[in-house]
Amino acid sequence: MANATAGNAIGGLGPSAASVMHHYQQQLRTRRIYTLIAIAIFLVALWASLDFANAANSGKFFERLPYMFDFIRNFVPDSPMEIVRAMFDLPSPYDDGSLKYDYTSERVYVTENFYIPHFIYQLIITVNIALIATILGSAIAFVLCFFASTNLVGAGATRWVVRRIMEVMRAFPEIVIAGLLTAILSIGPIAAIIAITVHTIGALGKLFFEVVENADMRPDEGLRAAGASWVERVRFAIVPQVLPNFVSYALLRAEINIRASTIIGAVGGGGIGEVFRLAIGRDHAAKTYAIVILLFVTVIAVDQFSAWLRRRLIGNQSFEFGRGAA
Amino acid sequence: MSPTTLNTAERERLLSAYPEVFRRSFWQRWGLAIGVGVTLVYLAVCFVAFNVGPAFVNGRWDRATVYVQDWYSWRAQPRLRFVDGAVQPQWSSRRQYPEGADIAWLRPLADGGYSVIYDGAENRLDVRPARVDVYVDGVAYPVEISSDAAILPEGAPGALVQDGSKVNVDFGFEGSAEIRTSQVFVQRRFLGWANFFFDINSPFWGKSFSELAWLAVSGERVDPARSNIAAMVDDFLANGTWQHADILSKLMQTLVMAFVGTLLGTLVALPLAFVAARNITQSRIANWGMKRLFDFLRSIDMLIWALFFTRGFGPGPIPGIAAIFFTDTGALGKVYAEALENVDDKQREGVKSVGASPVIVNRFGVLPQVLPVFVSQSLYFWESNMRSATIIGAVGAGGIGLKLLEAMGTNADWDKVAYMVLLILLVVFVFDGISNALRSRLIGRTHH
Repeated sequence: MANATAGNAIGGLGPSAASVMHHYQQQLRTRRIYTLIAIAIFLVALWASLDFANAANSGKFFERLPYMFDFIRNFVPDSPMEIVRAMFDLPSPYDDGSLKYDYTSERVYVTENFYIPHFIYQLIITVNIALIATILGSAIAFVLCFFASTNLVGAGATRWVVRRIMEVMRAFPEIVIAGLLTAILSIGPIAAIIAITVHTIGALGKLFFEVVENADMRPDEGLRAAGASWVERVRFAIVPQVLPNFVSYALLRAEINIRASTIIGAVGGGGIGEVFRLAIGRDHAAKTYAIVILLFVTVIAVDQFSAWLRRRLIGNQSFEFGRGAA
Repeated sequence: MSPTTLNTAERERLLSAYPEVFRRSFWQRWGLAIGVGVTLVYLAVCFVAFNVGPAFVNGRWDRATVYVQDWYSWRAQPRLRFVDGAVQPQWSSRRQYPEGADIAWLRPLADGGYSVIYDGAENRLDVRPARVDVYVDGVAYPVEISSDAAILPEGAPGALVQDGSKVNVDFGFEGSAEIRTSQVFVQRRFLGWANFFFDINSPFWGKSFSELAWLAVSGERVDPARSNIAAMVDDFLANGTWQHADILSKLMQTLVMAFVGTLLGTLVALPLAFVAARNITQSRIANWGMKRLFDFLRSIDMLIWALFFTRGFGPGPIPGIAAIFFTDTGALGKVYAEALENVDDKQREGVKSVGASPVIVNRFGVLPQVLPVFVSQSLYFWESNMRSATIIGAVGAGGIGLKLLEAMGTNADWDKVAYMVLLILLVVFVFDGISNALRSRLIGRTHH
């Protein structure tokens, strides 16, 4: 559109204005060509990637697509009530002794006749893994972040080392930590807790020190003038400023960690993830849907709760760019 | 510190001028302490409930040392069998030396035995059919082997331990040996990764870097059909011990999962976000419906999508792409819609006032404002999806995650795990760098 109007107008311009216009149009053309080249490269990369993915997959996309729909169509529980029974460990009328309809055997009895349903118990484990990891991770990241920020420790070796440690912790694959610890400590939630904690330290540490670097340094100068030590300056000048943002980031991290602990569970960390993998792998539709609903409700509840808590604690002072750095 | 005194009037004035400093509410005063206390109690309860103490006490820490050493070193594990009055080395399936190789630390003795050298000639085993001489710091301790037991000599140092009918010798990092009645099981450990470049079937095995460089540049062709460089590349990729070709292809699958998943998510979320944004689409029902759709896609865990599509499409990158695509469409859609709702209206009005159609208004009035934010968010998601793709690969979507899980499952391939971790770290750092560079060019701000 811009091109067309410019083209019409060029006749009525004086020589200097026409040369400016001409120059502008040339630049516009170059830019368009670059854009087109970029799009072409993107499309080629996308096409090549899709082709590679299709070739590497054990089933080809278009061959498997009908099976996908068949799978969805056949993967229905005997009755909607079965989902509820699976969720709350109630005996099933379809019970034929197979594992598929065995909802009751894994009840976790707290007292003689009060029990926690198996899936809910596993869900509690998963949520607690995420919570512990978030608490430990934020605590350690809180201590580390002050040593990584330019405005508090200068550009020394400490800062460099702490930042590299955080980077490695952030990028290190969680399953490897979980796998190594599982081999040593045997199967259990501890491996998952430590794996998620390590990643949390790396991810939160980075966000934390960025907040610290953006802090207002005038209170720090005031304390320094009054002869405060480094620890006192951090405690009274920096921490009060950054704490609301830290809390906000830690809450966002808690949401992410719930998902992470589900996934780690599926690769051997225990909790609801593992139960889910088994259920869908064995074609137990009712159990699968029960877990999907439980997880769905949990994620939404945690999202809402953390949003509410964030609003209460820090008002409108939340910010956006931290969300992406998951 | 000079003592400061205040008279009553001054104190009252200070108190009334700054009441919030001197009279803080209960929660302001004790909130932090109570919060920390509750957290500590919670952690203590979980510590007990998850049996953390016993798990650490019962942990197999001796194995932990071996596993961690396996990350950066390798073990040669020959069994020296006593057969018909002679000693015969027998190698495990993961052998590191070809048939008849000249091994510097395993030398045949003149009388049919073998000498296993650990740390110089001072620390070695001389293995003969009925007797093993263990040299520790130059002192020989003869272990006599009868038909039913190997017997520890008197006055042996702590490195030699009698364990039932066998004698264990421990040389620390250098390795160990189990002297049994029928064989000596030797473990010899070296720094580095064995046969990382070429396996024992390759003609380039055991050559030094300078020899290889010479061969590559000007040497005689090892295989007349190919140049030496081509042969080296082929042999490297076909390395049976390290499976470079397989690992690199699996890494590529993980990369593709993250790239295609994020890209498709971005392409689909972009138009949908325009529908979800209240200020752009003037239909409350469409806004609400689209936002709930985003919430739905986002709230179903990536794990669920991944396992679901793995059941449908079989293991491989397609379920990984689909899982990332579905979750990211929801997450990106939400972020995009929020960005769109915060755009400056003046530019839209300007474009609208010259009579442009709605598509043109959005293209020239809205998109230039939000595109940098959109691209920057997508790049963040791309980075984080590199990690997600590794993990969902492990639950069945394939890629390097599954390969990692397989390697860890054997408990013997920790060197390969270390190799893959290094590759992943490298890729993550490179991609972080690329996306940081792109982002800072787009929004003119550097994060690091």
